[in-house]
Amino acid sequence: MNATATLAPTRAPAGDALVRFEHVSCGYDGAPVLRDVDLAIRRGAFVGVVGPSGAGKTTLLRAIVGVVPRVEGRITVDDLVVGRGATTGVGWVPQLETVDWNFPATVREVVLMGRWAERRWQAWASADDRRRVDQLLERLGIGGLAGRHIRELSGGQQQRVFLARALIADPALLLLDEPTSGVDLKTRDDILHLLADLNADGITIVLTTHELNTVAAHLPWVVCVNGAIVAEGDPDDIFTSAILGRTYGADLRVVRQDGLVLVADAAPHRLRDALRHRHGDLEHTHHEHEPHDHDPTRDPDGGASHGPHRGATDHQHLR
Amino acid sequence: MTLLSEPLGFEFFRQGLIASGLVGALCGMLGVYIVLRRMSYIGHGLSHSVFGGAVVGYVLALNFYLAAGLWGFLSALAINATARRRRIGADAAIGIVTTASFAVGVALISKTRSFTRNFEAALFGNILGVTTLDLIVVGVVTFGVAAFIVLFYKRLLFVTFDPEVAPIYGVNIGLVDTLFALAMAATIVASINVVGVTLIAATLVIPSTSARLLTDSFGRMIGISTVIGALSGIVGMYVSYWLDVSSGATIVLLEAAVFLGCVIVTSLTRRRPAWVRQPIPALARERPADDFE
Repeated sequence: MNATATLAPTRAPAGDALVRFEHVSCGYDGAPVLRDVDLAIRRGAFVGVVGPSGAGKTTLLRAIVGVVPRVEGRITVDDLVVGRGATTGVGWVPQLETVDWNFPATVREVVLMGRWAERRWQAWASADDRRRVDQLLERLGIGGLAGRHIRELSGGQQQRVFLARALIADPALLLLDEPTSGVDLKTRDDILHLLADLNADGITIVLTTHELNTVAAHLPWVVCVNGAIVAEGDPDDIFTSAILGRTYGADLRVVRQDGLVLVADAAPHRLRDALRHRHGDLEHTHHEHEPHDHDPTRDPDGGASHGPHRGATDHQHLR
Repeated sequence: MTLLSEPLGFEFFRQGLIASGLVGALCGMLGVYIVLRRMSYIGHGLSHSVFGGAVVGYVLALNFYLAAGLWGFLSALAINATARRRRIGADAAIGIVTTASFAVGVALISKTRSFTRNFEAALFGNILGVTTLDLIVVGVVTFGVAAFIVLFYKRLLFVTFDPEVAPIYGVNIGLVDTLFALAMAATIVASINVVGVTLIAATLVIPSTSARLLTDSFGRMIGISTVIGALSGIVGMYVSYWLDVSSGATIVLLEAAVFLGCVIVTSLTRRRPAWVRQPIPALARERPADDFE
């Protein structure tokens, strides 16, 4: 969080925040998953949340919708304090891996769940409901699939169904938990373009992702989480070895070229050296290639399995 | 025609016919949620639990429906509460709560040497002994559960499909679960005289599983399951009368035959839903934190 103050570019006007965390610690049973979070997500932002597994990415999203049981501090959405109940005006897209694809539900039935609170005592779909579903599916490029079972669709179509469920209640804020996890490259690009279009329409978007290079590096704003907020800002500014090292507890190098940011894991490189050392040819390799060796983290005594020196590297050391 | 009308001359048959039709419909309707929530074992467990409550009620000279109903409801709530603890699965929770209840009943019977007359009726059903009070209870419970399912249709669907996400969209999952537990307990208590403790699980599970084979739509699944349950109840009563076989067993065997028919027909016509045909792809495992390209 200390890094946040110095690293965050000026593009986060706190005055027009749609979501605001003030000294928030939250979690489930036991120790808090997230500690002392101060965060403002401005209206119309497109934010990625990154961090290792168990770092609290999803908990951060769940806290916004008020389903994290233990919360200290204050969370507001549109200046309304988030309580134990549900937050209105927020659409949620779950991880596709958590969906029960054998459940007997058509696309229309799934999308209409997002509108359950309209005529909540009425079991059947109204003509207005049906019309809205058809319009939304058309807009998302899956028109005509309303009567199909969700299992029969492709990965990209399935993701759009759950987007439609989130969008049917006209939310101002869209939260997506790993929307690109487990889908192929083309689907991932389609989803990101679709989200960019929705963002252009004024919907604030927050998503979690594991994919630093292919997703997070292309987003205008990224929040690095690891039990607390490590940093936030434009990935061009905050994707550094030091910050990502603190976020992931791993030796990550950052390469910048032609405006592209590429994050690379140094661990396999060290492993390779360790193996060579064990097989007795390290010295030979070392001598031959010493002038070109750019790995500044390796111990002089060849103890390559030791941990890296955090923050000792940055992109300038790499080509 | 006389084959159909002859048994109707007996009052016990008329009452039994109405009761079994209603119980079939009731179990078919509620069974959809039980099967989709993967709680198939709960019908079996809860009916055993209710048996314990019935014995306790008998020993304390309480009304059967009051004692068994309350006991069943509390058992269902206890199962829900136990299952929410992350380390205990719903199946284990059902096993613990309900067998303990059943054991209370067995212990009381062995100790007091009472209830033995009603023991067999409770275990295997006694449709010929259905009284007007029983019929009223079955009618009220069927109407109540149907009203619950219609009025809470959207919420029940959301909670059943996506229990993690439903509260995010504002569904009060605690209220839905509590009312559902009440509906389950009431259904089992109302059905116990018709099909008996040992066969209730089948009437909850078989019609809905058959319906699942025939449709991919949740709404249609409820309709089909209710119809299969009701028809099995009515036809089962006649078959039981003609063949002089236990009515509960006949109803369950008929439902099993319908299920078998559904399996055969859907296999032959290849009109199985897509999920039966397609293999389930391996779930993408979450990648280790430092495993980046």
